[in-house]
Amino acid sequence: MSVYLLMSVFVMALVTYLPRMLPLTFFKKEIHSVFIRSLLYYVPYAVLSALTFPSIIYATGHIPSAIIGGLVGIYFAYHNKGLVFVACATVLSSLIANILIPF
Amino acid sequence: MEDFLQGCRRSLPIALGYFPVSFSFGVFVASSGLPLGLATLISITNLTSSGQFAGVSLMLVHASYMETALTLLMINARYFLMSLSLSQKIDQKMSTLQRMIISFGITDETFSLASLEQRTLSFSFMAGFILIPIIGWTSGTLVGETLTNILPKVLQNAMGLALYGMFLAIIIPASSKSRAILEVVIIGGVISTILYECPLFQNLSSGFQLIVATLLAAIYGALRYPIKENNI
Repeated sequence: MSVYLLMSVFVMALVTYLPRMLPLTFFKKEIHSVFIRSLLYYVPYAVLSALTFPSIIYATGHIPSAIIGGLVGIYFAYHNKGLVFVACATVLSSLIANILIPF
Repeated sequence: MEDFLQGCRRSLPIALGYFPVSFSFGVFVASSGLPLGLATLISITNLTSSGQFAGVSLMLVHASYMETALTLLMINARYFLMSLSLSQKIDQKMSTLQRMIISFGITDETFSLASLEQRTLSFSFMAGFILIPIIGWTSGTLVGETLTNILPKVLQNAMGLALYGMFLAIIIPASSKSRAILEVVIIGGVISTILYECPLFQNLSSGFQLIVATLLAAIYGALRYPIKENNI
C-alpha cells in the first residue's frame, strides 16, 4: 500500500475524529441558555429528518420501490412498531416491490 | 457491566442498518482498483459514511492532503455540534480519557439515538453503545471488499433502506406526540430536500447540506417552542 494512500487515510481519520472529540472532551460546563438547550433538544430530530429526506427515495436506486418501502415504514412507525420491526418491514416491502415492479 | 450490555442492545439496530451501507463502501473501494484491505482500514479508523466516500473519491484523483482535509472538515463539521450536544448529556464525572474514547463513536445515528435516551449517559453504556456499530460498520466493509458479489443486487438495494426505516421509527412517533417536533421534522426534511434538489446548492457537500438543514430546523424549534424545563 503506497505512502500516499496511508497518509490520506490518516488525514481523513484525523479530520473526522477532531470535530467529534474536541467539544465532548474539553467542554465541561453546563449550558444554561434556554435557547441553546432548546436548540440541542431539537437537533436529533432535525438531523434524522434531514438525513431521511430526500435520500430515502434514492436509497435503493429504484424510486418506486423506495417510495413503497418508505410508506410502509411510515405506516408501521406511526403505529409504534419499534426500530427493528419498522426497518425490516421497510426493507422487505421495498424488496418485494422491486421484484414486482419492473420499471 | 449491565450498563455496557444495555448499551450494546440499544445500538444493535444501528449496526444492522450500517452493514449494507458499509458493504457498498467496501464494494466501491474494491471495484475502483485500490488495494485490498484499504476499505476496511478506512472504515475502522474513520467510522463515517459520506466522509469516507468523499475521501476515497479524492484519493482516486490524487488530491493533495490539504484538499482532503478541508473537504472532510466541511463534511464533518456537524460532528462538532453533535459532540457539543452530547457533552451536556453524558455523566459529568467521566474522565478526559473516557471522553476521548467514546467521542470516536459519534455518528449521525449513534448521536441521535444516544440523545434520545432517557438517562445520563455513563461511560460503560456508551462503550457498549459505540462498540456494536463499529463492529457492524467494519465487518460490513470487510465483507463488501472481499466478497463483492455475495449479495444479489436487488437485496443489497433494498437493504439500503434499513437505516431510513429506523429513522422513520424514531421521528414519526415523536412527531405524532409533539407538535413542536413535528414542525422541526417537516422543516428539516423540506430544507434538506431543497438543498439536495436545487441546482443552486449542488456545490455544497452532503455533510454541509446536513448541517444547514439541521441548524435551521433546530433554530426554528428553539425560537418557536423553547424548552423551559431541564429535560435534555
